[in-house]
Order: sequence, then C-alpha cells, then structure tokens
Amino acid sequence: MSKNVNIILATDCGSTTTKAILIELIDGEYRLTHRGEAPTTVEAPFEDVTRGVLNSIIEIEELSNRKILNGEKIINTCKEHNDGVDIYISTSSAGGGLQMMVAGVVKNMTGESAQRAALGAGSIVMDIIASNDRRKYHEKVKRIRELRPDMLLLSGGVDGGTISHVVELAEVIKTSNPKPRLGNNYRLPVIYAGNNQAVDEIKERLSEVSDLKIVDNIRPTLENENLKPSRDKIHNLFMEHVMAQAPGYDKLSTWTSCPIMPTPGAVGEIIKTIAKKDNLSVLGVDIGGATTDVFSVFDGKFNRTVSANYGMSYSICNVLADAGIENVSRWLETSVDKQSLTNRIANKMIRPTTIPQTLDDLKIEQAICREALRLSFDQHKKFAVSLKGIQQERTISDTFEQKMTGESLVDMNKLDMIVGSGGVLSHAPRREQAFRMLVDSFLPVGITQISVDSIFMMPQLGVLSSVHEKAAVEVFNKDCLVRLGTCIAPEGSSDEDEDILDYKLHLHDKSIEGTLKYGELLLLDAPYESFDVSITTKNNFTINGNKDFNSKVYGGEVGILLDGRGRPFKFDINLENRIKKISEWSKKTNEYPG
Amino acid sequence: MSKSYTPGLKILDNSSVTKERILPLRGRVHVNKGDLVDSDKIVASTEIPGNVQMINIANKLNVDSADVPDCMLYSEGDFVKKGDVIARSKGFFGLFKSEVKSPLDGTIGNVSNVTGQVIISELPLPVEIDSYIPGEVGEIIEKEGVVIKSKGTFIQGIIGIGGEKKGLIKLIEKDNVKSNDITDEHQNCILILKSSLNLDLYNRAIEIGVNGIVCGGIDYITLTSILGRPLGVAITGMEEVTTIVVTEGFGNVLMAERTFSLFIKNQDKFSSINGATQIRAGVLRPEIFIGSKMDSISDVKNFDEDDLVISLNSQVRIIREPYFGEIGVVVDLPAELEKINTETMSRIAVVEFGDGNRERIPRANLEVILSD
Repeated sequence: MSKNVNIILATDCGSTTTKAILIELIDGEYRLTHRGEAPTTVEAPFEDVTRGVLNSIIEIEELSNRKILNGEKIINTCKEHNDGVDIYISTSSAGGGLQMMVAGVVKNMTGESAQRAALGAGSIVMDIIASNDRRKYHEKVKRIRELRPDMLLLSGGVDGGTISHVVELAEVIKTSNPKPRLGNNYRLPVIYAGNNQAVDEIKERLSEVSDLKIVDNIRPTLENENLKPSRDKIHNLFMEHVMAQAPGYDKLSTWTSCPIMPTPGAVGEIIKTIAKKDNLSVLGVDIGGATTDVFSVFDGKFNRTVSANYGMSYSICNVLADAGIENVSRWLETSVDKQSLTNRIANKMIRPTTIPQTLDDLKIEQAICREALRLSFDQHKKFAVSLKGIQQERTISDTFEQKMTGESLVDMNKLDMIVGSGGVLSHAPRREQAFRMLVDSFLPVGITQISVDSIFMMPQLGVLSSVHEKAAVEVFNKDCLVRLGTCIAPEGSSDEDEDILDYKLHLHDKSIEGTLKYGELLLLDAPYESFDVSITTKNNFTINGNKDFNSKVYGGEVGILLDGRGRPFKFDINLENRIKKISEWSKKTNEYPG
Repeated sequence: MSKSYTPGLKILDNSSVTKERILPLRGRVHVNKGDLVDSDKIVASTEIPGNVQMINIANKLNVDSADVPDCMLYSEGDFVKKGDVIARSKGFFGLFKSEVKSPLDGTIGNVSNVTGQVIISELPLPVEIDSYIPGEVGEIIEKEGVVIKSKGTFIQGIIGIGGEKKGLIKLIEKDNVKSNDITDEHQNCILILKSSLNLDLYNRAIEIGVNGIVCGGIDYITLTSILGRPLGVAITGMEEVTTIVVTEGFGNVLMAERTFSLFIKNQDKFSSINGATQIRAGVLRPEIFIGSKMDSISDVKNFDEDDLVISLNSQVRIIREPYFGEIGVVVDLPAELEKINTETMSRIAVVEFGDGNRERIPRANLEVILSD
C-alpha cells in the first residue's frame, strides 16, 4: 500500500455472525478502536451477505461517530476528518460446509483412503461408492443423482495396475450426469486420484460432464497411501465453494481493497506469525457456526484442517451425533435429561443466530464447544501426518484392515501455546471459561501457555497482514491476543486425592507454595509476567519427562492453572462423583457466577 | 441506527407466492402463459434414462475387452428387446460362436473396449412436474418449466422433513392429542396438530394414511427415530417419509395461536406442503400454502425491508429459553449494551407480553412475526 493509511475497516463474514472492526492510526501506532457485529444474512428475504456487512458497519459508525457509509457504499477515501476509510478488507466463510461423495474400487481400501482424504479436508462424506459395495449400477447412479454432492472424489487402482474397475466407476459418474446441489452456473468438481494409467480413459468419460481435476494417486501402491494431493485439491475447491456459494459474495468483492480471503486461510496466517515470532510450537483453533478450523505449527511445520462438520450452530447437531449425548453431558454440573438437552441443542441448529440467555444454556453451549474442539483436534491429529506429505507405509497384513498409522506431527509435549478464536471462546463472558474450554478439550501436557483472540478478530488481521503487515502486527500485539496464562499438567495417573506434586511460585516478593492432589484443579492468580516456578512431582508423575521442573512460567489474565487430572485424562462418563467433580473444578477456576 | 433483524418466518393470511417448477432435465412444457392451473396440473414433462444394467460381454464371449466392439450386433443408441442376441463372437472359422442375449428391453448405452462391458438402459422413465400450487402460469421457461403465480395463505415452518405433499387441511385442536384421535377421516389429508408430535402419533398417522403433518414441536429424539439416524445438519427434503412441518421448534411446544387460527380458518381447504429445509447459505424453510381465488393478486400486502427490522411496536416471537415460544411487542430498544444473566454484554429489547409483563431479551433471540 503506497498511500498513507490511517483508517482501516475489516469485516469477517462468518456463517452465523458478521464482525466488523475499525483500526485507526493513533500517535503513530495502529490500534483497534471499535467493533460492530450483526447476524450474517444468508436467509430470505436477505439472501445477501452485504446486508449483514452493512449492519455491522453501521454499528461501528454509531459507536465511533465516524461516517463510513454513503448510503450503501463504503466511503473509500478520507477526504475530511471523520469520513470514510482508507482500506476495506474482508474474509468470508459465510457459505458453510462441504458435502462430498467419494468413490473407490475396493470399499475398505481405496474407498476408505478417499474418505480419509475428504474428512481431512473437512468435508461431510455423504456416501462411499465402491465397485464391491454390492449395489447395482443403476442404484449407484440414482444415489449420486439424489444426493447432489458438492464434489466427488474418485479413486481406485494402484499405479500401473488394472484400470477397468476405476473406469467403470467413472462410467457410473458419467451416467449420473452430476449436478451441484447449490447453484447451476458451474459444473460439479470431480477429483480423480486413482491409477495414473487410467487418466486418459477418465478424461474421456468425465471431462465433458464435470469440472475434472487430476491429482496423484491416493494409493500409488497397495502399501502406500498418499492423501495430501487429494486433500489439498479438495481443500482448495472447498475454499472456492465456500466463497462462491455465499449469496452476495460477488457484490462484496467489488467493495474490498484486495481479494476476499477465506477465513481459515486468514487465521492460518496469524497462527504462523505467532509461531514464527517467538519460535514456538503453537496450536490454534477457530470455532465457528458451521466449521471448526485447527492449525498447528510443530518444528516450524504448519498444518491446517478444516472440520466442516463441527460447529456451534449449523453443525451443532453433528457434534452431538458424533460425540454422543453422554460426552456432551459429562461437562455439565447438573443432571439434564436427555430429551431436554437434545432439544435445546437442536433449537440452536435451526435458529443459529440466537445466544444463550440463561446460565444453563451457556453451560450447555460451552459443553458442546469442548466436544466440538475435541473432535476437530482428533481429526487434526489423525491427518497432520498426511498433510505434511508423508506417504503412510502399510504392510500387507494391514492392507485390508485400514487403521490410521504413522506418528502424528502433533506432539503435546512440544506444545508451547494454544490460541483460541471464534465466538464461543472470544465472547465467553469470563476469560476463565475460555481457558477451561481450551484446556479441557485439547488437554495440554506439561507447561503450555493459553491465549485467546480478544474479540474474535484474527480473521480480519490475517487478511490485513497481506496488505498492511505493520498494522496487522501492531493491532495483534496490543489488542488481539489475550494471554490467559499457563496450564501446568503433569503426566501420570493415580488414585483419587493422592498427592501428585509440590509447587512453589515466586511471585514478586512473596512465595506461594502447596501440594496438588490427583483429580484437582488449582488456579493461581498471576498476571502476565514470567515467574519462577519450582515443581517436584511425586509417585509416577512427571513434567516433560522429568520429576523436577524449575523454570519460568507466564501468568496471564486468568492465571496459572495446576491441572492435577492426570495425562492421559480419563474422564469416566459414569463416574459416581462426576457432578461433584465438575462443580469443584468450576468453583476452583472461578468459571461461573454464583 | 443499525438495523437489528433476524429472519422472520412468514405467517400470512393473504400472500402472493411464486413457485418455479423446473424439470431435472430439459423437456416439454404443457401450459401457456396466463393459463389457470390446479395444483395437480402437469405443467412440464421429460424422460430420464432408465436404470442401466452392465453386461460383461468380454467374459461371456471369452474375448478380449478390446474386441468387444467388433462382436456387437447393435450400436450405441439402438433399441433391443429382452432375448435379442446383442453380441456374437467370431468363433473358429465360423464355428463355436458364442452369443449374448439382452436380459431386458432397453437401449444400448455404452460399449466399452476397456472394461469389455456393455450398458443397456431400460426404457426411459417419464418425469412429470405438476403445478404444486393452484394459480396462474406467470412465466414459461422454455423446455425447462414454468413459474406459477398464486395467492393465498402462506405459512413457513422452522424445520421439516419429506417432500411435497397435498391434501385437505384437517385439524386436531386438543393440546394433548392421543393416537386414537387420528381417525380414518384424516386419510390423505394434511393433519394439523396444535401440540407437538410424538412417535405414537406419527406411527398412527402413517397407519391411517395421512399425507402430511404440521405440528407445533417435535422432540429431537423423536425425529431421530423417524429418520433412523440423528439429524446432523438441517438439510432435509429427500426423505421418503410422511412429510412433517414443525412451526415452532424442538420440544414440547404448542403451535402459536396466530398460526393455528389461520389453519382453523382454512379447515377442509386444499393445501400444498413441503418439508424441505436447508439451514445454510441460501436457507430454505418448510412451507404450507393454501390457495385462494386468483382474481385479486394486487390487493395482497407486500412487505419491505423495514417490516422485517426489529423496531418499536414490532410483534416478535422469543426463540430461545427461558421465554421460548412466547409472543410480545417491542416497547423499548436501549442503545447501550446490557449485561444479561450469563454476564454477556448484549444488545437487548424490552418486550411486553400479553399479560402486561415486560422482559429484557437479547435482540438476537427475537424473531419478527410477519403477519398481515
């Protein structure tokens, strides 16, 4: 940007809420000054995301007394004081999730490899079509026609092997003449990731009826699985899909100073920046209404997964279905009957823009959030290996029993910091709640800093970093990242109430010391500074593999949490004293009022 | 001032409605612009290829796949009858020839020299599109379909399952409906329940042959049982079930008085309903339409954006606990954020209920009721 930039307006169109922020140059430094928010408008009669954008901007105008809009146009130049903005940028994930069908020659081999690639790219897999799935040809054709997926992934055959089966699957797809579920102006994307010898035959059959993309074989040999090319392609098309399907996107794109960036891409940029700045291993999450995006940087390597099936509104019932009612209700400190709980959660799905008005409702949403984060993180851990591009070696013996193999890149012992973003985390009424949700779902091991996006603006700063890095960095450091504190979680297990470690915290002139028992949470009030901490573990417990820990630990807005629940964390749903435990943990961490 | 609106569901006594009726494939349109049509009128039709069968000719003739095209006695596009010899091997010096007969009536669709298989498509299946609602043909979309214009009572539900169904409106006015309240008189009808729908009622409705059910609420667990799976994302409409339209939401909740009174007014009238719902970008809500005479479309009230904005005197429905389902009028819209019970700072509205009580409700939890 060559011109002087004093005022920046940025919006993020989420699937549920549209957020606007105003950044101003004050005394030579860029700072966040105002924030507006409005429901995203993708439902009739406002099937146009720009309505929600305008509403969020009007809220900023009211709060800032700055005229930004002239009718429905953003004033793009600062001709006079308090008038207009220099840059307007936006991110978007308003279109929601991705629904795919996958096809493979053998259902529990290439079919499941294709499914893993699709799930890793964050898709909902509607069905797996396979040569050996016992359905008749016309039943497969009918199924594709009825489901109208957003995308198809076709795989099958090892490189150089027989091509007849995968060509037959292509013929099934050709006969179905697939049409996209939303929008009729483009051809349905079909990704071919099968036997490389069959490419010409596949092109001959599918290039006219679909938007055919060819990538490397998902299963080049019987023992090797190569998910990355397929997943990357799905992911890229997903981005295009999410963007293109949001009503009013074309109009919004004419307003912005640079291309609209997909929200996961923007947040990923910020997570990379955090990791690079202090050479940290970082785990980031952005939980939205339709999707949950997880990012990790370990040993300088960045990975991203977008779970388009887990979220806090549109996809909330999918979290319920996959986690199970028992796993959701285990986080509640009262016994809620199954019927009432499922109804409340389902009502959020059908009225996605509502907010909890009662404390009980808030607790239910935060319980769901824990499970959505846990499931999304599981997905991230499983697929981080392949995202890096390592082909998984499979022996002949596990050829037909397809379990995930290989070490995940995510190593919780190396993790330095967890960063949370998204409405349910950033807008949690108490920061302690965000801290607890992140710790309970990611279960950090050893010493881990916990941070949260202050007001849910990482997406906007992500896109801003591509056009004005200085402004993005300054606002990020001063106004975005809230350091909540540190979680200290020893590894090991024990019997209830046994002593597991002694701690000593040197807090300025005074020392705080004590003993942590198994199953206990202790929150120490410590601001964002580094403190000397001494820990001596007992019995079989260790910190980063050692019995003793003597080093500096950061406090934060919440403090330093000693998590004595053991790692691995075993939280039995049927635990007799579960409710008592939840209540105790909540009180000890100042989680809720009363 | 920023406009605070959440999408309101339409509950309109007198509304103009347009419906696109489009074929899945290009075909023929059977009506003309300006024609008055009933809801059952076939407005367009086409044929889609019949189901297909694959015959492995190479295996049956014991020849290479590449030789299959030379063995075929029919070409792609040819019609064959069941029992017709469709392929014959060349044999040795004209002897020991093998033959393959067609197992069905159909058209040769594809002869593959790679897989050695031949596809035979069954006779095309006729696909017809009806008008769905009674009205006037407002527009012809050449070879694709029509746009039907109509007026009448139009009610949107919050979620539904199942596709388009039609039938006479029949009400059961009790708050606590039992399965034996559903009787033979409800056969082929659209059953309106003021109460919520449970599994017993649903099964009884199927047994009687009810075409569709409109109800106030339904338990998520009941819906899971009906679908045979938990509903993960609200994208419905393709289920082969008795269509259900839920007007209020999940739980034991009665249909709003205003909505139910419209159904009372339309008792025994013919209606068209559709449970298809998509709660994502490009939201689609389930609907009930009861047509009126087509002589006065112009006197229908049209709504503009301002009608949909939450403002003073807006009639609103509370769409979240603890006042879920209650209806009131907005009497104040404080500009400042307020701390609500959860300790969240929220933009609120003061809503006065019918009994004169006033409550402070987050604006996000209000839904404007569009009624005429």
